[in-house]
Parts: sequence; C-alpha cells; structure tokens
Amino acid sequence: MKTEQKHPRLAHAAVAVLLAGLAMGLVAPEASAQESRRRRTTQDAKPIELSPAQVADLTKIANERKLNVDDLVAAAKTFQPSGRHDEYITFASGGQSGQVFVIGVPSMRHLRTISVFTTEPWQGYGYSGDQDPVREMLKVNGREVTWGDTHHPALSETSAEYDGQFLFIGDKANARLAVIDLRDFETKQIVKNPLTVSDHGCAFVTPNSEYIIEGGQYATVLGYGYAPPEDYEKSYRGMMTLWKFDRAKGRVDVANSFAVEFPPYFQDLSDAGKLASDGLIFVNSFNAEMASGGVEKGNPPFEAGASKRDTDYLHIVDWKKAEAAFKAGKAEKINGFPVLTIKTTVAEGILHLAPEPKSPHGVDVTPDGKYIVVSGKLDPHVTVFSADKIRKAIAAKTYSGSDPYGIPILDFDAVKEVQLELGLGPLHTQYDDKGYAYTSLFLDSAVARWTLGGETAAKPAEGPWKLVQKTPVQYNIGHLVAAEGDTASPDGKYLISMSKWSVDRFFPTGPLLPQNFQLLDIGAPGTTMPVIFDMPIGVGEPHYAVMIKADKLKPWLVYPEIGWNPHTQALDPNAPKQGKEGVIRNGNKVLINMTAIRSHFNPEHVYLEEGDEVTWRITAIETTQDATHGFCIGGYNINLSLEPGEYAEMKFTADKPGTYPFYCTEFCSALHLEMMGYVHIKPRTKTAQADGDAPQPGR
Amino acid sequence: MSELLLSVFGPRVPAEELRRHPVRYGTPTLLLSIARVLLLCSVFLPYWHMELEAPQYPDGLFLSAYVNHLTGDVKEIDGLNHYIGMRPLHEAAHFEKTLAVWAVIAMFLMVEGAMFIHSRWAVLLALPTVLFPFGFLADLQYWMSEFGQNLDPSAPLSASIKPFTPTVLGEGGIGQFRTYSEVGLGLWLAFAAAGVTIVAFCFHRRAYRPLYRRAKASLST
Repeated sequence: MKTEQKHPRLAHAAVAVLLAGLAMGLVAPEASAQESRRRRTTQDAKPIELSPAQVADLTKIANERKLNVDDLVAAAKTFQPSGRHDEYITFASGGQSGQVFVIGVPSMRHLRTISVFTTEPWQGYGYSGDQDPVREMLKVNGREVTWGDTHHPALSETSAEYDGQFLFIGDKANARLAVIDLRDFETKQIVKNPLTVSDHGCAFVTPNSEYIIEGGQYATVLGYGYAPPEDYEKSYRGMMTLWKFDRAKGRVDVANSFAVEFPPYFQDLSDAGKLASDGLIFVNSFNAEMASGGVEKGNPPFEAGASKRDTDYLHIVDWKKAEAAFKAGKAEKINGFPVLTIKTTVAEGILHLAPEPKSPHGVDVTPDGKYIVVSGKLDPHVTVFSADKIRKAIAAKTYSGSDPYGIPILDFDAVKEVQLELGLGPLHTQYDDKGYAYTSLFLDSAVARWTLGGETAAKPAEGPWKLVQKTPVQYNIGHLVAAEGDTASPDGKYLISMSKWSVDRFFPTGPLLPQNFQLLDIGAPGTTMPVIFDMPIGVGEPHYAVMIKADKLKPWLVYPEIGWNPHTQALDPNAPKQGKEGVIRNGNKVLINMTAIRSHFNPEHVYLEEGDEVTWRITAIETTQDATHGFCIGGYNINLSLEPGEYAEMKFTADKPGTYPFYCTEFCSALHLEMMGYVHIKPRTKTAQADGDAPQPGR
Repeated sequence: MSELLLSVFGPRVPAEELRRHPVRYGTPTLLLSIARVLLLCSVFLPYWHMELEAPQYPDGLFLSAYVNHLTGDVKEIDGLNHYIGMRPLHEAAHFEKTLAVWAVIAMFLMVEGAMFIHSRWAVLLALPTVLFPFGFLADLQYWMSEFGQNLDPSAPLSASIKPFTPTVLGEGGIGQFRTYSEVGLGLWLAFAAAGVTIVAFCFHRRAYRPLYRRAKASLST
C-alpha cells in the first residue's frame, strides 16, 4: 500500500516537468531565433550625450578641418553610418549620359546608374553581341542611337501619389520615352515618337498613370515630313502624345496611344492636373511669335525672335475629352499614328490657350490641384492660374480672342489668380507639406520659398502668396526636387537644387566640370533653409529628378526564379538548366547552354569553327543576394551582367579564329580569377573540310 | 489464460475493476496516445537548425533538418562547401532519410500496440520511441563528423580549412563563419514523446502490476 501512495506523487512531478519542458520546447527555438536576428541587426540608436572630453575632441577636429558649427550640423544631418539606409530615394535624369541616377537622401550617396538610352557595359546593357535586344530597342528609324538626352523622370502614380512601381523618362534629343521597372531597376521598353524628332515635356503622368505625357518641343513637319522654314506657320506643328500605360504588363500600349496637334509654338514643360484640376493637362510654350530664325539671312536669331512678344501661351488640354474623341475615331493618322488635329480639338472643346508672361519655363500644379504655377524665366514673376477659374472661363467662353489657328484664348484676368515677384529667372516649382512652394531662380542662383494662398490645407504664418526666403545655391539652378514634391501630399524635409554650374565648388577636373546637386534642409518653416550637402555629378547634366520615400519601393533582392529573363520580366523557357548544360550543333549553327555559379562556368571549353553562327545562353544559377557574375569574350564586344537567377542570351558569328579565354567580369568569389574557360574557334582548313562528320560552315 | 500469455500480454482488466478505477487504467493509455501523436507531429517539423554567420552574409544562412530532408540555404551552403571539399549535404544520411518516416510510423504503431499489453514487455514496444530523439542527435553527430573529417584534400581552400567536426549543438566556427546550432521544434516534440512515454509507464506499472501479481498468484494456486 505504501508504494501505491508514493507512485502518484512521483508521476505528478514527472508530468509537471514534462509539460514545462514541452512549453519551453515550443518557446525556446522561437526565442533563440529572435535573439540571433537581433544580434545581426542591432544598431546603436541610444540617445547620445557628449562628455566634455568628447566635445573637446570634436571641437579640435572641427578647428583642424576649418569647419564651423553650421558645417558640423550639416554633417550630422546628412551622414549615414555604414549599413543604415536613406529615408528617400531620388531618381535623377542623367542628361546627355542617357541614364538615370539613383541617389539616397539625405546622404546624397550615388547608389546606382540605370542604363536607359545609352549602352553600358557593367549592366551588360547592349553588349550581348548581334541582335542584342537593347540595341534593337535603341534604334531610331532603323539607326542605332546609343545615347539620349534624358530630361524628366516621372514615377508611376496611384491617386496622384507615387506608388513606387515604375519610372518613366523622356529623351529630348530623339523624342523617345522609356519605361523602367522598379522591381529590378532596369529599362524594359523604349518607344519612339512617330510624329516628332525632339520632345521636352516628357515624362509626366496623369494621376493614376493612365497616360504618360510626352510634350514636344521644337516644331517640325509631323511624322518626319519636310517643309522649308519659309512655310513654318503653314506646315510646322507642335504636338503632345498621350502614351497609354498598361500597368499589368508594365509596358506602354502603343496601339491605344494618340497625340494632340499643337500650333508651332515650341511647347515646353507639361504637367497633369490632379484633384481639383483632374482631367486637364497643362503645357506651356515659348515661341508664340512663331519665329523661324535665320540669323545667317539677316533675320533675328531664334533667341530674339522667340522672345519678342510679352506673352506666350499656356495650352490647356481636356485629356478625358481627348480620349473620348480618340475612341470615337475622330483622330487622323500621321505616319500611321492617330492625331487629333487642331480643328478637331477646337470643335470638341478639348484645347484652350491662356496667355502667360513671355517665354516661361516650368508649369507645376499645386498639391491640391487648385492652382497652376507658371514660372516666368524671362519674367521675374510666377504666374498662378486657378483651375476653378479656368473651368469657369471655358464654360462661359470668356475669351480674349483666338490664335491664328482658331484656338480660343481664355481671358488672362479671368483665369489668373495672382502674380508674385520672386526674383530673376524663375524656372521650376515644387511643394512641401507646410503650405510653401519652392521656385528655382536661375539668374539669381537661389531657391525661393513662398507661401501658397487660397484654400490650401496648411496656412503658413507669413500669410498667403508671400515670398518668405531665398537661399543662394552654387550656381545656376535648373530644376529642383522636394521629397514627393509634385504629388498630392508632399513630405517637405529635403529639397535638392540641381545646380547647372559648380565653378569653384569642387577640385577643377579640367575645363569640363561636374554639375552640383545641393541638398537643402527645408524641414523648418520660416527663413531657415540651409544648404547641407554638395554632391558632384560628373557623368552628365541632369535635368529633373523625383524623390520618393524609400519604403514605397519594393525591389527584388534576387530574380524571383532561376532562368529569369529581365527583358520579358518572366521565366524564360530557353534558360539553360543545371545538369542540362552542353553544346548542340546543327550545321554551322551552334547553341551553347551554359550555367554560371561560384566559381565556374559549365561548359568550360567550347569548340567552334570559323564562320559558326553562335547562340550562347547562360543562366546564373545563384540565389544569393549580390552573387552577380559577369561574362565576357575579348575581341567580340561582349559583356554580360548575370545577376542571381538571371538568364541572358548572346549571338555572334565566330568570324575570327583563335583561342579566346572567356571569364567572369564581376569579382564573385575567392576563385573569381579561376572562373573562366576557352572558346576554341578553329580556322577553316582543307583537312577540316575533309572531315565528313563535322558539318561545314555555310559560306 | 496460460502463464505464457499472461506474462507476455499481461492480465485483462475485469469490467467491474475498470468501471471502479477508470482514471487508473485510462491514464497510461491516454499518455501513450499523446506520446505517439507528438511523435507523428514531429515529422512535419524541423528537428535541428543551424545558422551560419559571416561578414558577407549579414542576414546569415540557415539550415533546417527534418527527419527526411533538409531545407534552407542548402544550395548556397553546398556552393560554399565545394571550396573546402565537403560533399553536397544531400549525400548525407541517405539511408536514414529514406527510412525515417516509415520508422516513425512503425514506432507509432508499436506504441499503439503497447497500449494493449499490460505486462513489463510493453516497455520493449515503446523503447524505440524513447530512444529515437537521442538516436537522431547521435546520427547527426556521426554525419557531421563523417562530412567534416573527410574533406577533399585537393579542394581550393584545403590550405586554409583543415578537416573539422561542425558543432551539433551550440556555437561553433569554420573559416569566416560562426555557426549557431540548436534543437528544432520537431526534436523537442520527439523528446516530449519520449518523456511522456516514460511517465506513461509509471502509471502503467501502477495500474497493471497489482493486477498482474494477483493474476499470477491465482494461476499458481
């Protein structure tokens, strides 16, 4: 009986221990996994307090380096410790480099260049031999054009807010539009405008990226026609193209795109209305004089002829009506592309003009969409138009006349809200979250901060429509960009002055000097708006930039599947698979299926014969972030970038016999130098021809 | 009932006795049921984890072992291992991995059988379940040693990395890597199954031993 009493106590204790153990078993692995994750990502974010000794050290360093207190504060506002990511990402046009630069803000670190209109070897952009898909995409009317003059990047928008999915950018020199997918930061599509040779107001998007706007610039005979300059008014025309964007495909839908014909007034920048002005597009112009130049014939040069009159015209397009007219089949075809002629747009009430002070530059819609700010350029004012007044004037036909092409001109006083004198050379305007607008002053070399008026959400203390502050910048500011500064809800905080001249700001690199991106801290209201960083851009002359909150971007870390084709943005059925590598010969056509992984290519020896037509396919079967390989063959102008999971194809004719090493061009591993192989291209000889089994090159 | 049958299968519980002490006879059965369910569940969970940290892998590399397969950054770890001449991980414990799920099913059935045996021999049927988690760790240790000690001497990094035995539990290091290994939820469940089984036999003994003695006594009289 005694034993019977002992047993249950023992058993109960055992059960208790077991249950506790089980509970710990459930919790313990989870806890330790968290522990190790914390070990990795811990960044010391504790508040700091400087000891007198540390203050002395800091003061000593500052004095040795001749830094004043403002410099130290600026450094503290912009420095990013290793591993910490920036709060904003700026996509800047690369100007003549034909590229896009990706820059972190506030550190102003250049993170990456995206090749767009320019071939670029590091990214393997246009270096995969013959029939390269990039080089095909870069062709303009059959000719390969391997550069572009990138001007205005635009992020895709949803409800007038950046959604972080796509970036669009225009090429002024060749009137092209590019689509960049922000999952892999690569150019997916380039469309050539079939109507015009050059553009400027590109790219700007409607509030849900229904259309990407490409406003033209220099008038020509649309569709690559010809007419002598004497026929300028009769035959030359401007235009604006509305490229339909298919978000699901991530491509421009050319078949559902159309253009609106404009008079030859040299259309300049454009912007899409939003909220209060949704449905309208604004395009300004600087040659209402229709000067056709000819200084060599004793005519006034373009610069004088196009600046004679006191006013030019703001073009106001009702794009929803234009879309309806296009869908109703009212467009005419020019060079195979549908165009709504001036006659049609006037008859349908699609197009109106409004006078604006002469030769303005930027046209920028306020965050609430209620006002349109036109910067004077040659006029020291910004002219603010009211969207509401424009709609009323259109409805009431409050016209002051019509232009030589019969387009009604809205009465200036009926549509103008206010004119505000800011300084010399106002070019572009951006906005913040506190009710301020920021306008670049080219001639003054300054950024002007001024207050918006009317029914704005935030009412700055300085009162409506007032110039508050001017911060000098170095030098000759063109565009400026504030954090999400052209959306319905700008963030404020940071603004970049895209200064065209740097003159003495950096070490002189010969006569050609970098541009100067200057970061301004616009976080505090009032008159505090200091420059806190100078970033040289030594690759091209950027025009516009857009700045997005970094957490809106969701880039891939590696391609989603092994064998991914970035050109189609899909898994490619042709991608060689691990274990299926090899060389397949069919006559003189040779197909090579290769894989790349640290640290070897497979196969390593490829035997070709002179004259072979080679299709060479490589899959990077890596899945680790940053485990990128390159692939080059010397003398054949080939270099690929094989990012983890990426599939690439190259084609060439083996027309120069010899033994060619190929190798990995991206330092991938400790055995990177050993990651190589040989292409053996055997010369055509009599003995080779006598070998019955080897099919002969067909020449 | 013959003496042999009694000593192997133990006494049957009279209906009257069962009605009077449902908890006494139900407890071992219930606990054994719990044990075998725990064991079966463990098959679907990882038995062991290893995390590898190195400067160029700030997010670490992970390896998880189930009774019949490996998951995690196997490909990347294999890729790295080829530099030191270690064989691909999938070549390890081939026999064990093939057999594991069947073995667990067999143990499940054996423990089920043990519920109906009311003698000490029931322990034999449950013994594999008790030993299983220890066997898993021992086997893991064996393969770690087998793989780590038999590196290809002609491998690229053979000059820097000499044969070694990776750490099965706790912190270890190899090359520029720190490794952190720990028991996974599956193995915790298997340990729990083993523990529950042991406890079940305490109750088993308490319930059936008196019956067995009585039955034996009545047989010998």
